[in-house]
Amino acid sequence: MFDKPPTMKHADNSKSTVGHSPPRKDGPDKVTGRARYLDDLAFPGQLWGRTVRSQVPHGRIRSIEFDPRFDWSGIVRVTAADIPGDNIVQLIEDDQPMLAHDMVKHREEPIALLACADRERLEEALLHVDVKIDPLPPVLDLLLSTHVFKSYRIEAGDIKPAFADSSLRVVEGIYRVGHQEQMYIEPNAICAVPREDFGVTIYGSMQCPFYIHRGLQRLLKINDSQIAVIQVVTGGGFGGKEDYPTVLAGHAALLARKAGKPVKMIYKREEDVAATTKRHPAVLRYRTAVKPDGEFVACEIDVVMDGGAYVTLSPVVASRGVLHASGAYRWPHARIDCRVVQTHTPPNGAFRGFGVPQTLFGCEAHVEKIALELGLDPLLVRRKNALVVGDVMPTGQRLTESVSALPVLEAVAARSGYAAKREAAMEAARLPAGSARARKRRGIGLSLALHGAGFTGSGEAHLKSRAGLELTASGARVLSASTDIGQGTITVFSQLAAEALGVPLSMIEVAVNDTSRVPDSGPTVASRTTMVVGGTIARAAEAMARVLQGYVAQTHAVPAGEVCCVGGIFAARGRSLAPFESIARRYLDERGPLVCIEQYELPPGVQWDDAAYRGSAYPCYAWAATAVELEVDLDTYEIKLLDLVTASEFGKAIHPVLAEGQIEGGTVQALGYALLEEHIYVDGRLLNTRMQNYIIPTALDVPPMTTLILENPYSRGPHGAKGLGELPMDGPAPAVAAAVLSAIGKLIPDLPISPERVMKALHAA
Amino acid sequence: MRLELRINGSVRSLEVEPLKRLLDVLREDLILTGTKEGCGEGECGACAVLLDGQLVNSCLVAVCQAAGASVVTIEGLSSSALTPLQRSFVECGGAQCGICTPGMIVAGQCFLDSGAAATDEAVREAIAGNLCRCTGYTKIVESIQHAARETR
Ligand code: FES
Ligand code: FES
Repeated sequence: MFDKPPTMKHADNSKSTVGHSPPRKDGPDKVTGRARYLDDLAFPGQLWGRTVRSQVPHGRIRSIEFDPRFDWSGIVRVTAADIPGDNIVQLIEDDQPMLAHDMVKHREEPIALLACADRERLEEALLHVDVKIDPLPPVLDLLLSTHVFKSYRIEAGDIKPAFADSSLRVVEGIYRVGHQEQMYIEPNAICAVPREDFGVTIYGSMQCPFYIHRGLQRLLKINDSQIAVIQVVTGGGFGGKEDYPTVLAGHAALLARKAGKPVKMIYKREEDVAATTKRHPAVLRYRTAVKPDGEFVACEIDVVMDGGAYVTLSPVVASRGVLHASGAYRWPHARIDCRVVQTHTPPNGAFRGFGVPQTLFGCEAHVEKIALELGLDPLLVRRKNALVVGDVMPTGQRLTESVSALPVLEAVAARSGYAAKREAAMEAARLPAGSARARKRRGIGLSLALHGAGFTGSGEAHLKSRAGLELTASGARVLSASTDIGQGTITVFSQLAAEALGVPLSMIEVAVNDTSRVPDSGPTVASRTTMVVGGTIARAAEAMARVLQGYVAQTHAVPAGEVCCVGGIFAARGRSLAPFESIARRYLDERGPLVCIEQYELPPGVQWDDAAYRGSAYPCYAWAATAVELEVDLDTYEIKLLDLVTASEFGKAIHPVLAEGQIEGGTVQALGYALLEEHIYVDGRLLNTRMQNYIIPTALDVPPMTTLILENPYSRGPHGAKGLGELPMDGPAPAVAAAVLSAIGKLIPDLPISPERVMKALHAA
Repeated sequence: MRLELRINGSVRSLEVEPLKRLLDVLREDLILTGTKEGCGEGECGACAVLLDGQLVNSCLVAVCQAAGASVVTIEGLSSSALTPLQRSFVECGGAQCGICTPGMIVAGQCFLDSGAAATDEAVREAIAGNLCRCTGYTKIVESIQHAARETR
């Protein structure tokens, strides 16, 4: 069922690798078990750390008592009183304490820390810390919260006349999505090593070393030179290791400083699931005015997201969410509101898609509802309204290039056999209800998605991220703080640098991700790594190439403009002059180190007004369509996925095999969101914290997948590349909802679409 | 308690707590850290090893249950060169973050050794006890099928 057999073009050392798929650089270590994750590293004298947590969702701490009858020798104890600097987890707001000292705002709130060399004694010690809390009433329902962290409004045109126009049809719907857990297979893991200069070195599993680098300076009252943060091989992140590692690093560092010894903290699975950030739940209301032929005229959208107890990343999640809430469509008139509110539950945060899977589920499920109420084929409705070059989005952004809503839609419609399968589903729906054939209903549905690449609005302009490379005696070394958490950053950066320098891939290495040695290229989030940081590295490599060409011109007495490097050999006028390495060595001997660092510049014309919330929210967008075919069992209410086709356009695939891996992996996470993954909270306590009761897809849950990649290069991306990482998370859930609608004639507006929800929908009047 | 294990072909004699998890004995006593822990309760398969040729989750095995048995871990599958299955994983994109990969490869090797036909269904069945959150499994299935073609 694959579009093509896996094609691995091996790195041919003389040729470009961009657009081909050389074996990933970290592959051999990972397949032999040699790759060392945090838990695999030994630190002499190391203690284990654990966290004492609130146990109540909201309250005031009365006392923290360490049982005087317990033997505390060899156990290090830390409370808020031990914090030398600011007791905060640094992110957007300073509202979250590293350790609670007066109020607790969620059930997993950290209050005290313990460390001990012996893990069994440590577990026992945890039972001898008595925290007394006077409980306060918690707010647990996002719709009942009056504490708004942040709200946004986007307005275009005037929606009022449209809703008053009796020639238009008004369609309304409410959609709900819950928490989703990242469930990286390696839990959060950090080791803090104290230093003689009273500073600390942090090793860990993480996406954003500089978050920790800055956060711990304030916490520990140390300066920039007293901290180094080193990312080790990281067993998955998906956003879940964007901001949370700052908490864990802070805790481990506090213990390590007090103990004078390294302290490792590795969460058990239950603790990781209960305490760390998840995808924001949301309630989404859509009200739309459309022409009887399906043309969209106006939308009024209201989104409420649950931020949890503290602000963390909620303002930016909500912002990305609201900016995608009207989907990949033209809306002459729009009013889109979004607010993210506080509840007394653990803070929600980043998860691949970052607000968009929520709002695009609302949008795409609502498009199905529009088609249903108008009696139209949802494909035709999408086709009629899909954005094309020249269209203006509700923020006022005019799309000028690399817009592929229609091409991806047509590609999946054709490839999945949508028209015929939809016809067959409608035919089957007309069978008499009692007939055996009718007990299993097939359906097909599709969805259309877009995803903005890079940080939202003025984010990249503020960040001014820097990256580059240094010349080595054997080639060049990439310098950036962007992390490889499995997606293949190391390989893609090497390809881009090798291409610009004209050397084989094997001559490029990537520096250890250590904040004391690499420039701050910003966090590894927001589908920005290839386009923003990769593009910056490519520019730095071009700058290095120019310096070396000039040097070769001088040393070999040829005109600088004629020197080039191909396959690792400098040449001019068709004559080979010298291998890259020998030039590099001579340069380093004669002139000293050569380090080329560039800073990312937003493309000209990309402007954003944060106050008015207008302008170009993203320099460009990636596009995807998904078609899902499935079968619903009318007796057991089970859903079986039969086939899935995606078509994605993200400019250019630098490494097609890695890109397909991102698409397939993101798609399956989204299928989990659609069908399986649900968290149950009772009184602010998460009940299903284990892999046994929070189910993610296994190999058997995944249908055959066809992954189509369309190219439509973006003029400002490296080789035309835009961002890809999050795009595949956006479309599959609404495509599943659409397919279920096609099978059983009911639109299920809530995720996940569990057998219980199918049953309820079928039995509702 | 003192017991003997045949680890990756060589006999090792160990002084250990009888109820210590085989996973911890491998990682802590024998410093074979290629075997990973993802859940500690038999759900994820990151800790998969072969015990007398059977695929087991080493987090669920007390070391005393393995006394006298032969254990093969990811470190025992290859010596200097990669095995065909390991090569396939590198070439076909079967490993992303890599944390599930040792367990997947042990499970995949166990399947290949069984000699069963590497149909899509059979391969998926063989790795159904191993969770991967990165790849969506497609490229893992391809990797195993590719190795099956190479080795038969
Ligand atoms: S750690 Fe053994 S199955 Fe997950
Ligand atoms: S490669 Fe990351 S969990 Fe499988």
